[in-house]
Amino acid sequence: MKAIDPHIHMISRTTDDYLKLAVSGIHVVTEPAFWAGYDRCSAGSFRDYFHQLTVAEPARAARFGIRHYCWIGLNSKEAEDIELSEEVLALIPEYLDRETVLGLGEIGLNKNSRNEIRALERQLALAAERNDLVLIHTPHLEDKLKGTRIIMDMILSEPRIKPERVLIDHAEEHTIGEIREKGFWYGLTLYPHSKGSPERAVDAVEIYGPDRVCINSSADWSVSDPLATLKTANEMRRRGHPEELINRIFYENPKSFLGQCPKFHIA
Amino acid sequence: MTLPCRNKSACEILDAYFIENRARMLDIASFLDRIDRYDGAGEAKADFRYKALTQALKLLSEREDDRTKALQMLFSDLSIEPVDSATGLKTTGAWEGAFHEGN
Ligand SMILES: [Zn+2]
Repeated sequence: MKAIDPHIHMISRTTDDYLKLAVSGIHVVTEPAFWAGYDRCSAGSFRDYFHQLTVAEPARAARFGIRHYCWIGLNSKEAEDIELSEEVLALIPEYLDRETVLGLGEIGLNKNSRNEIRALERQLALAAERNDLVLIHTPHLEDKLKGTRIIMDMILSEPRIKPERVLIDHAEEHTIGEIREKGFWYGLTLYPHSKGSPERAVDAVEIYGPDRVCINSSADWSVSDPLATLKTANEMRRRGHPEELINRIFYENPKSFLGQCPKFHIA
Repeated sequence: MTLPCRNKSACEILDAYFIENRARMLDIASFLDRIDRYDGAGEAKADFRYKALTQALKLLSEREDDRTKALQMLFSDLSIEPVDSATGLKTTGAWEGAFHEGN
């Protein structure tokens, strides 16, 4: 089968993982800018990171026939340092025009603080001005419900951003309904312990239907699995779902959402 | 909108997933026993996370539908105001505010 992983942090993975993706049928990935596992101390570190995302990583992926796209943004965990976040926000626009950048992401909230909201507001304004796609990171665990609601209110109060051009990621059982009702795309993340499992992701597809959903691994530097999307496709097969539906969830859906950016084209 | 899979019955679902879920139940039981066995069990059991787990177990035995969403809500921060600063705040998996005295 063919699959697209719309959220995977390849800079944290080995080159062997590119080979695994390639031989397993994942030939397109999109990588949001995120927290490195530690707080960076200068804007220069972000400059290097955005260079890695837009130059080094697509080249590493291409060796395996994989198309690598990315998203640029300031993650919410590093928004608490106002001075640094101002410097990073100022350098983001120059990267957004690069040829493999699909839009702003992953931007959102972490602990639902005022400074996080401020940085998100600034980046949403930038997306609105430029008519860019947006990939939203919702908070973890107990903070998810509150953060998802604040984020959706912020986006809906910006009339220039159309909900169908926003994917609200890391959705779970208590947030999917509200995200869908408001017209956004939603992402289900297959991440051990803190997010969802293949079984629960397939349950959500069964309950809510196949519209406006993308499933991703969010594989990164922590315990995670770059083949999690394919294992979830297999869970659908185990329950007897048809290949056509599986193809829609893991290939056609991400292609439809991402394809709203004219820079995204796959053979 | 829902997509029931016509190829499977509820009994087939039970067959397919029973053993792994039985194992999960045993893991939870032995986790609770482990807390009892170690020093300071009383303190651990007064923790809001332990209380949230106990409520979750009760909810599972009492509710007859939509259990997953109900559990998610039980573990969620239900406040609506942004916090002033995220500095030093940790994510714990349950909401302390739900278990304050008188709450
Ligand atoms: Zn991520």
